[in-house]
Parts: sequence; C-alpha cells; structure tokens
Amino acid sequence: MSNVTKADTGASQNPVAFFLTAGCESFAESLRKSVLASLWFIFLTFPIMVIKVDTINKTIDWRWMNMAYIGIGTFVLSFVWRWALARKELTKEESTRENISEKMLDRISSNSYAKYGFLALFAAAAVVFPHAVGMYQTNIMISCLIYIVLGLGLNMVVGIAGLLHLGYVAFYAVGAYSYALLNMHYGIGFWTALPIGALFGVVFAVLLGLPVLRLRGDYLAIVTLGFGEIVRLVLENWGDVTMGPSGISGIDRPGFFGVKFGVMDSITYAYYIMLGLLIFTIFVINRLQNSRLGRALLALREDEIASQAMGIDRTKAKLLAFALGSCWAGLAGVVFAAKTTFINPASFTFWESAIVLSVVVIGGMGSIRGVIAGAVILVLMPEYLRAFSEFRMLVFGATMVLVMVFRPQGLISAKRKIYTYVKGKSATNE
Amino acid sequence: MEYFLELFFGGLTRGSIYALIALGYTMVYGIIELINFAHGEIYMIGAFTGLIVAGVLGALGFPGSAILVFAIVAAVIYSAAYGFTIEKIAYRPLRGAARLSPLISAIGMSIFLQNYVMLAQTSDFLPFPSLLPELGFVKHFKGILGSSDFIIIVTTIVVCVALTLFIKYTKMGKAMRATAQNRTMAQLVGVSVDTVISVTFIIGSSLAAVGGVLIASHIGQINYYIGFIAGLKAFTAAVLGGIGSIPGAMLGGLVLGLTEAFATGYVSSDYEDVFAFALLVLILIFRPSGIMGKEKIQKV
Repeated sequence: MSNVTKADTGASQNPVAFFLTAGCESFAESLRKSVLASLWFIFLTFPIMVIKVDTINKTIDWRWMNMAYIGIGTFVLSFVWRWALARKELTKEESTRENISEKMLDRISSNSYAKYGFLALFAAAAVVFPHAVGMYQTNIMISCLIYIVLGLGLNMVVGIAGLLHLGYVAFYAVGAYSYALLNMHYGIGFWTALPIGALFGVVFAVLLGLPVLRLRGDYLAIVTLGFGEIVRLVLENWGDVTMGPSGISGIDRPGFFGVKFGVMDSITYAYYIMLGLLIFTIFVINRLQNSRLGRALLALREDEIASQAMGIDRTKAKLLAFALGSCWAGLAGVVFAAKTTFINPASFTFWESAIVLSVVVIGGMGSIRGVIAGAVILVLMPEYLRAFSEFRMLVFGATMVLVMVFRPQGLISAKRKIYTYVKGKSATNE
Repeated sequence: MEYFLELFFGGLTRGSIYALIALGYTMVYGIIELINFAHGEIYMIGAFTGLIVAGVLGALGFPGSAILVFAIVAAVIYSAAYGFTIEKIAYRPLRGAARLSPLISAIGMSIFLQNYVMLAQTSDFLPFPSLLPELGFVKHFKGILGSSDFIIIVTTIVVCVALTLFIKYTKMGKAMRATAQNRTMAQLVGVSVDTVISVTFIIGSSLAAVGGVLIASHIGQINYYIGFIAGLKAFTAAVLGGIGSIPGAMLGGLVLGLTEAFATGYVSSDYEDVFAFALLVLILIFRPSGIMGKEKIQKV
C-alpha cells in the first residue's frame, strides 16, 4: 500500500473509521473502490452465475438473484479485504516476531510445570477420545492422525530439506497397496506388513530419488508430480495385479496377537495404533531435526553451494530426507488400508498430495506443532463443514488462498534453535 | 501409412491445444517463477463462457459462424478478466513471500474455481455445440484430417506467430523480456513491472480460452473438471520444452501431443498418460532444463 502513513493515523484514531477507509484517502474513495470492485465482479461472474443454458432444448435460464448476491457480497467483502491488507501492512514488523498464539505456546513450553501439565492433559484427552465420542468421530480423528503423520513425513522433505515434492501420495499408495496385495495373496498380517510397507516406500523413493534429486526446485516438483500420476495410472490400468479401478476390498483389520476385534473395537484399536505411530513419528522427527543430518538439510535448503563447500554430501543428504519422508508415507498407507479395509486408485489422486502439502505449508513449514495444527484444520474443517455440504470445497480453496495471502509463513512458524557459546564450556542450546 | 498419418494429425491437434495452454504457463513462469496451477481452470472457464454464449446466441437464432466468433471473443475477454483478477487477489499480495506460498495459493484458487463453476453450473458433462465450420477442401483428406483438426492447427500456428512477433517487436514485448531477465533491473530502467505481470496473465489466459473453445467444440462436451488434466498436461509440455521459453512451450506441446497419439495408436490407450509423464521424466533426467531451455548457472 502506498499510503500507509494515512492508514496509520486512521488506526490510531478509531477502529471503525480505519475499517471504512483502510488503504484509502477518504471514505468517498473507499466507497468508490468498493462500488467498482462490486461492478467488476458482477461483470466477471455474469455468464457463469447468471446464465444457464441447455443447448439441447435451446432454453436459457436467467438467474438474476445471483447477480444481486454477488454485487452486495463483493461490496462488503472489498471493505474487509482492504482492511485486512492494510492491517497486515501495519503489523508487518510485528508479524515477523510472533503472534499471540505463538507467544502463548512459548510461555507454556518455557515453564516446565505448565508444559508437562498441558502434555498430560493432551495425552489424557487423546486416550479417552474414542470412548467419549462415537465411531464416526473416531474415524474422522483417525484420518486426521493419518494426515498429521503424512504431513510430518512430507515436512521432512519440503519443510526441512526444501525439496518441493508434489507426488507424495504415490508413496502413500505404495504402502497401502503393498499391505493390500500381500494380505490378499499371502495372508500377511498388519504388523508384518507395517515394516514392509515402509520399506517399499523407501525403495521407491530411492529409485525415484537417485536420478531426479539433482534437478532444481520446480523441475523436481513436476517430476514428482508426474511420478505420482504414473503410480496412480499404473494402479488403475494394471488390472491383473492391482484389480484396476474397482480396487481391493476385504483387507484384514489389524489384529492383536491373533485376537480379532469387531468393527467398533477395531476402529478404536486402529485409533490407538495411529496415535502410537504419531508419537513415534514426532519423537523421531524431533530428534532428527537437530541431528547432524537435520542441520545438514537445513543448510542445504538455505544455500546449496555454500553447504557443499562446508563438506555436506548433497546427494546423500537429500536422498536420505526423501527416503525418510517416503518411509512415513508407506507406514501411513498400511494403516490407511487396514483402517478402511478397501482401497482403490481414486484415493491417491494429485489432490491428496496437494492437501498434504497444504497441511505443511498452512501449518508452518518445518514446524511440528504447525503441521499438527494444519492437519487438524484442513482435515476437520471439511468434515465439520458438512452442514454447508456442497460449499465446503469452495470454502476450503478460499481458505488456502486467504491463509497464504494474510499469513504466508503459516499458522505456527518454525523457530530455529539458537546455540550460544560460553567460553570454557561446550556449546549449550537454549 | 494412412493410419500413421491419422495418428500424426490427431497428435498435432492435441499438441496444438497443449501448446496454447502451455504458453500461458511458460510466460507466467518466465516472469514471476510461479507455477500457476489455476491456469487450467482459466481454460475451463473459457470453455464454459464459450458454451454459454453459444447457447444464448443459438437460442436467439444466430448463424453458426457468427456464434463461433462471438463465443471465442467472449471466452477470451472473460478468461483474460479472470486471469487478471486472480493475479491481483491471490498472487500480487504474495510478491516477495517464500516460494511455496504463491504455489499453495494457486492450488487453493484452482480448487475454488472448480467448485465455483460446479456449483454455479453443473457437475455433469454438458454437450458443447460443434461450432467449427466444415471446410470443403479437407474432404480430400478424408479419414486422415478432419475440418476441426485443420482449423485448430492453423489457428494455433497463427496465434503462435502473432505472439512471437508481439514479444519480439512491440514495446510491451520488450518490457516483458526485460522483466523476465531481471525484475529489479527492469524496474530501475522504468518498466512498470506490475503492468507487465498483469499483461502476461491477460495474454496467457486469452490463449488458454482460445484453446478451450476450440477443443470443446472439437470434442463436443465439457465439465468443470477438464481444466485439471489439461492444465497438468500443458504444464508438462511447458517443462518439456524448457519452462520460460516460448518456442519451447510450442515445441513441447507438439512433442507431447504426438507422443500421446502414437502411444495410444500403437501401444495401448490405457497408458496414454503414463507415456506422457514417462517422457517428461526421461527428458528431465537427460536434459534437465528441457528441450529448448537454457542451462542456468547457479551462483552463490
């Protein structure tokens, strides 16, 4: 905004006046802008919102009411839009520091009593959850946990190593299909399949990663995207092995030392398995982030040439990140197949990759808490928006745009560990 | 031989459409280094606008050729307007943000636009009237080349030549090349970068709209989802040719179209898309910056 100073004085005077004139010289100008925006959107949406043609019967349906909705809606929203942009501009310096929720989180984690108190509270809530709510809610929460694990795995690749990966769902599919096929042909159980699924994820990642990891950013993105599509299409068309588009059904649910559960109990059981897997994932990734490999990846993300000069083996480090990320996709895939007992290629489209990537970016790249927050919002939002059923994907898309425009660093941004050097002592971190 | 030629021209037609869409991707990428995921949706909106205009004019009893002209003009105007607006809302506030942010914003925009069209129109396939006229002389090539194939190929050639001339000889074209090379320097020598970016989006969207109306009329049906796969293929074409390079996008489109046509004709139609992406992976492994792309030297 060119006239920040003006908006600045507006903010200090009166919030209502600031809202009405944000980013503008005067209320009249603000009004003019909103009317123009409203007219522009009426023009823009005219054919698609107002006219509906039937080319066979040659009839036209005119829906003039939509025009009125768009006009009024845009008029109001354009005020909100300018206000939000002006506010973002005003708080630019502050937002590079932390927002309120991050400050809260910080204060909690700096106080060890509060920290463990909150953790205990969370743990208790997580354990009680499936007993407190119905099967339906538990099922949703399992999907949410799967997305958190997927998000954390992708976070290794995208957030920490900075490799733009758009075909992540392919490895998820590899995990799911390896369990489904092994179970169908050889009757192999869930617990045996879990490491095998992860292993297959790693093998595929290395096979793909070896040739393509030397590509730069966006080329890597499109190659991984292409790979994801290839995997899906092969699953769809190789009918002899994968059963084609109709998928594989009747996959065994996870057992417990030979004990088989009923539907209700096995969902609760799947929930606990997923919870355990999540805790394991968080633990590993937390350790990994500050390990030698984690720091090497961060350095590579910031500047490849400089870090190569410092002796980091670029290909090895990137391949490790890629393989580790895919390993988690494989694990999550096995659990997914066991939970739904039915999989088909339609579960592994590009949109899944896009949603997992959004979980990482909206939550805050490189931040574990951020990824959890992102998954909770992106998975639970469409579920609870079912009231608006048909509008939920519309709202979902709009949310992605708005979060990026007004909070591009994500909801909870990652903080780098700060190492301090005290003379005579080894380095300590704070 | 006849079968080969039929496949060849089929591939050219398909490749032409990919090229028209790929140009938009490559131009936008060349200037702001953004994979504009919503570009496929702009193509879809172009096709829908064409359908709506054709439907209204058809009901009013206009002659076929007038409908075609009006449908294309309206599709171009609306797609351009959408492209311009999307850039302003979803990408401009993100200038200078981390690289992934505009990409996520673009994916969100793409989801939004698909659902917007689905809710406002329908989720079913809509029949698209065949607007392209039958040309007399094409009859000699019966079985090899259809009228609409011929029109699509010729239109694409004309559009590509016009675009090349525009970029090469006009002041705006020069400003676009300057901005693509170095945005800051271009700004310093007095190029209005914002205008250049808007113009880039407008031109790219217009090309996609032309492609949208032509192919919809050729195939005969559309729905809200056509933009996704077409956009993906066109982006593949752009990368294949070397992203950022305009002749590269045209070449990439043709190569992709021909590969798909021959793979479908001689191998199996099930694996059509697999061949497209496998070709992409192979080319990128052996020629990482695409067929026509220039190798960029990375500096510290």
